[in-house]
Amino acid sequence: MLELRRVSKRFVGVVATDDVTLEVKSGEVHALIGPNGAGKTTLISQISGTLPSDRGEIRFDGRDITHARPYERVKLGLARSYQITSIFKRFTVLDNLALAVQARSGSSFSFWRPVSRETALTDEARSIAGEVGLHEKQNALAATLAHGEQRALEVGLALATRPKLVLLDEPLAGMGPEEAQRMIALIDRIRSHVTVLLVEHDMDAVFRLANRISVLVNGRLIAGGAPETIKADEQVRKAYLGDEVAA
Amino acid sequence: MKRSILVFIVLLGFPLVMSAMDNLFYVSFASRVIIYAIAATSLNLVLGYGGMISFGHAAFVGAGAYVASICIAEGVTSAWLGWPAAIAASALAAWLIGAVSLRTRGVYFIMITLAFAQMAFYLVNSMKAYGGDEGLTLPQRAELGLGLDLGNEVVFYYVVLFLLAISLYGLHRVMQSRFGRVVVAIRENEARAEAIGLPVYRYKLVCFVIAGAVAGLAGALLASHGKYVNPNVLHWVQSGTLMIMVILGGVGHLWGGAIGAAVLLGLEHVISDYPIPWLAAVAPNYPQHANLGVGLVMLAIVLFAPHGVAGLLSRRRGA
Repeated sequence: MLELRRVSKRFVGVVATDDVTLEVKSGEVHALIGPNGAGKTTLISQISGTLPSDRGEIRFDGRDITHARPYERVKLGLARSYQITSIFKRFTVLDNLALAVQARSGSSFSFWRPVSRETALTDEARSIAGEVGLHEKQNALAATLAHGEQRALEVGLALATRPKLVLLDEPLAGMGPEEAQRMIALIDRIRSHVTVLLVEHDMDAVFRLANRISVLVNGRLIAGGAPETIKADEQVRKAYLGDEVAA
Repeated sequence: MKRSILVFIVLLGFPLVMSAMDNLFYVSFASRVIIYAIAATSLNLVLGYGGMISFGHAAFVGAGAYVASICIAEGVTSAWLGWPAAIAASALAAWLIGAVSLRTRGVYFIMITLAFAQMAFYLVNSMKAYGGDEGLTLPQRAELGLGLDLGNEVVFYYVVLFLLAISLYGLHRVMQSRFGRVVVAIRENEARAEAIGLPVYRYKLVCFVIAGAVAGLAGALLASHGKYVNPNVLHWVQSGTLMIMVILGGVGHLWGGAIGAAVLLGLEHVISDYPIPWLAAVAPNYPQHANLGVGLVMLAIVLFAPHGVAGLLSRRRGA
């Protein structure tokens, strides 16, 4: 579904991603792990189009999207969530989600009809709010939500675009154990209809969710495969997993 | 909504009272305030709702003023031709300037819009056929037909008031539409707006063009009002004045531009035409420096009412 071929990005003096070749297959949860500064978020930004790649080719759903604008990629069914929460804080939860629904359904060059009267938008936003566990908070301003709820809205915004593949950049970042369990359950639910590329530090979550894992260190993929293979990989242990898994 | 209607009822009665008192000066003055209210409201769409800090809005007011004036100077006196031409010219100018400027952000956007407006300023300065730097005096105001004589101050007042009402109602409707929702979302979080599939550049450009078009209408009205236009209408100080109006009145408030125009022009008028005796005794020329007083009020607003006068009023109501 998503193919990266020899994708690279270099910033002044730093190689962020180096010759990354990766395939995410339809229907899987593919985890991308690696130590801090390995280039995971850079890679996500290259895939979502906010950072242009220096070299390489990105194909999605059989199409070359290497030079497509971010919004064009979303229209093709490739959405992302952010590691650092990026929501519309002065909108209500429902308005956040309705905006994302609006972005893909019909033209937004409509200047006269009040959007609040478009019940189809609101209904769908409501159902997504329920899906991500924000049903009771749907009329709250996004800014007033607790951290975990904002994270849920963050993922909800990506899901509201009805993606075929969603890039989740550390969805569990900063979450308490209970919130984390809820997020893991959510990802587990959406995997039936959305392919997921998951960047995550929480190894427990990664090994519970992932069908396949790729390991990025210093911008390079050093290993990839089934979770058991990765757990057993000497190189990966040394570079990243350390004692956490060995114990 | 109720309060807006109330305000318009008062504004409808205003010229009747003034006519009764035989004081047409204030009717004409109020027309000028209303025209500036339209211009500032159009800037508020870009600046307040869209979060685009355009420092060149006078270019669109000026384009409208000049196109409308040239129409009249060339003998095309019908407002039905001159005003749409002014609107179209300003929309086109906004499209050209916006298409380039909106590729930049932050300070660069401020500077590039300023630069474009100054280019337009020098362009009209060099238009010798239409008065150059001396400006262009018009033999008459535009003609509306329909038995309405725009030369009559009261009629002119009602026409501009009607156009302000349409502008405000239009802004109100647009901001509740899908398009308005998108514009505000882009202001709040541009990167995220693009990441949920919105082509933000296109929306910003359309927003910029709509605002430019309305500014063009204000320019056409301004030219007819004074039966005179000169390059200063495009000067960067004029852009700054419109910005101050929006900030004074309330950035992103429906009435922000209108309130700001009324406060600023009212203040200028009071300071320069009603000298305070003891102050005049100390500094005889002070009424010529009305901007100092305006500056002080501006300072107070920014410090104590960061959401402008409109923000102050709506907070009161909320409390």
